[in-house]
Amino acid sequence: MIVYWLCFILFLVGLYGVITKRNLIKIAISLSIMEFSTFLFFTLIGFREGGVAPIVDPADPVKTYVDPLPQAMVLTAIVIGLATTAMLMSVIIRLYRKYGTFDIREIKNLKG
Amino acid sequence: MNPLIPLFVIIPLAGAFLIMIIGKFLSGFGRYFTSAILLSLVVFSIYSLFTGSGTLSLYKVGGWEPVNRIPIGIYMVMDGFTVIVLCIINIIGFLSAFYSISYIKRYTSENFYYALFCLMTAGMNGVVLSGDLFNIFVFMEISVIAAYALVAFGVEKNELEATFKYQVLGCLASFMILIGIGFIYWKAKTLNIADIKEVLSSGYDRTYYLVVQILILSGFGLKAAIIPFHAWLPDAHSSAPSPISAMLSGVLIKAVGIYVIIRLFFNMFELSENMSVLITTLGALSMVIGVFLAIGQWDIKRLLAYHSISQMGYVVLSVGAGMILVAQGEKPEIATLAIAGGIFHLVNHAVFKGLLFLNAGAIEYTIGTRDLKEMGGLAKQMPATSATSFIASMSISGIPPFNGFFSKLIIIIACVMAKFYLLAALAVLVSIITLASFLKFQRYAFYNKTDRGREKTIKEVPFPMLFSMVIMSLLCVLLSLLAIPDIRDTILGPAIDILMDPVKYSTQIIGI
Repeated sequence: MIVYWLCFILFLVGLYGVITKRNLIKIAISLSIMEFSTFLFFTLIGFREGGVAPIVDPADPVKTYVDPLPQAMVLTAIVIGLATTAMLMSVIIRLYRKYGTFDIREIKNLKG
Repeated sequence: MNPLIPLFVIIPLAGAFLIMIIGKFLSGFGRYFTSAILLSLVVFSIYSLFTGSGTLSLYKVGGWEPVNRIPIGIYMVMDGFTVIVLCIINIIGFLSAFYSISYIKRYTSENFYYALFCLMTAGMNGVVLSGDLFNIFVFMEISVIAAYALVAFGVEKNELEATFKYQVLGCLASFMILIGIGFIYWKAKTLNIADIKEVLSSGYDRTYYLVVQILILSGFGLKAAIIPFHAWLPDAHSSAPSPISAMLSGVLIKAVGIYVIIRLFFNMFELSENMSVLITTLGALSMVIGVFLAIGQWDIKRLLAYHSISQMGYVVLSVGAGMILVAQGEKPEIATLAIAGGIFHLVNHAVFKGLLFLNAGAIEYTIGTRDLKEMGGLAKQMPATSATSFIASMSISGIPPFNGFFSKLIIIIACVMAKFYLLAALAVLVSIITLASFLKFQRYAFYNKTDRGREKTIKEVPFPMLFSMVIMSLLCVLLSLLAIPDIRDTILGPAIDILMDPVKYSTQIIGI
């Protein structure tokens, strides 16, 4: 059970970063931390104590296999995460060119 | 197996790649090709609406048959509710794409615009057609990543700031949804919506699934901009190019937000009274707070964006009232009426809010400003824009004989019949404030006298923009036909049937 709590703490670390950090790059890094804690949670769901890779061999019937589906989902989610991170980073670079700063307090054109 | 279903995803997805490849050699290819493929999707969706909407049809990706009645492959499902949302996605998509032909000329790199447009449509079609949770997540990410890029398409200060806000909040929403999906998979050991329903029907841990429901509701609520999660919407929707604002406000928040909430809460989770009351409260809050935030705005697109929050509140409130009645198991005919009102308003909102954003785009296109104080007297120079925006404004504020009146009327009648008098009163009040806010828009934009000598230079917008606006205003009038009970039953009936009966969706899918 402790690993799930550690995974949750990692998520909260990311959330803390997103809420408190003022540097755009640090916000992006915090989002990545949250993202990876989510992926870690998925791989933990699929894990079985003493399980082996799910390749069925009729000659040697093994009782426990790890669940392969969460791993497939995590692979898909990593690809999506790459796309979001790339998108976020390119926006941050453009923001830096326009405003000349990474400080989120300076970027406040839109209000109301 | 219905072979038409995967085409809704494949055609725009392939179109996006073709535009990027062929567009390099043929300038102007993307411009007409996007409209052509979206027109074909409109034809497919309307065909599906009139032929097979009463029945539920299925496409098993890769041909994986169920084992022991447990679905193992990816299912794409088309039922009555899906078809209605597909129709609005593709019709608004086609009209926005056609409008873009002249509107987007002032931006550079048109091909990227049209490719992203197609990707966004593919994602939304995928979300509504998908029959399992993880594919909903994947298609949702496809459409919102395209939307992030499209919001930033102007790459000026405001656009970049808006898209950054949208992306950070959108990422948080995605993680919440992903964790929710993880929790469901942990206990239920399946991702198929129908199969989860089957697993849940044989008893479940209520506290555990309450956490899951909260995660899912806040994740998709953030995508749908229900009130405590609305901070990104006015910035993102007002900064995007106008046809994209029409797409975002008209269909994206519905397809990836409201649709998924309705689908999961009616067809997957067991409806509990607490959650229904929570959803109704959120709807009522969005309705009231959204309109009060809107009334002080002077930027047209921000005003329209805040009204989107408010009008989505009507949909959530009405569907939530239906949920309460279904959860209590009383008065099914009133619950039917409430859900019908909600779905009717969802369709109407797509049409009139899309039209209003296109009008705002037309005004911005001709006079180059979005500030209401700098406009005035446009009614003479731009008669078609003025007339269509008048229809849309009257429609959103609930003036007969336009469609908004009838859907609001149904919602209010359903609330009164269900004895939710407070909700009915709030709905009437919000409608009146909406009317005030749109009278201000009409007066300042079209009828006020302007003191600048620019009347000579203002001309009516070019044909593609006019065409889209006129078609949408015709739809505003035609959709009021849905108020007639017979027509409503044929079009909206299948959708309401599938939502009202808690097990109909799952038993039909498991049965095939």
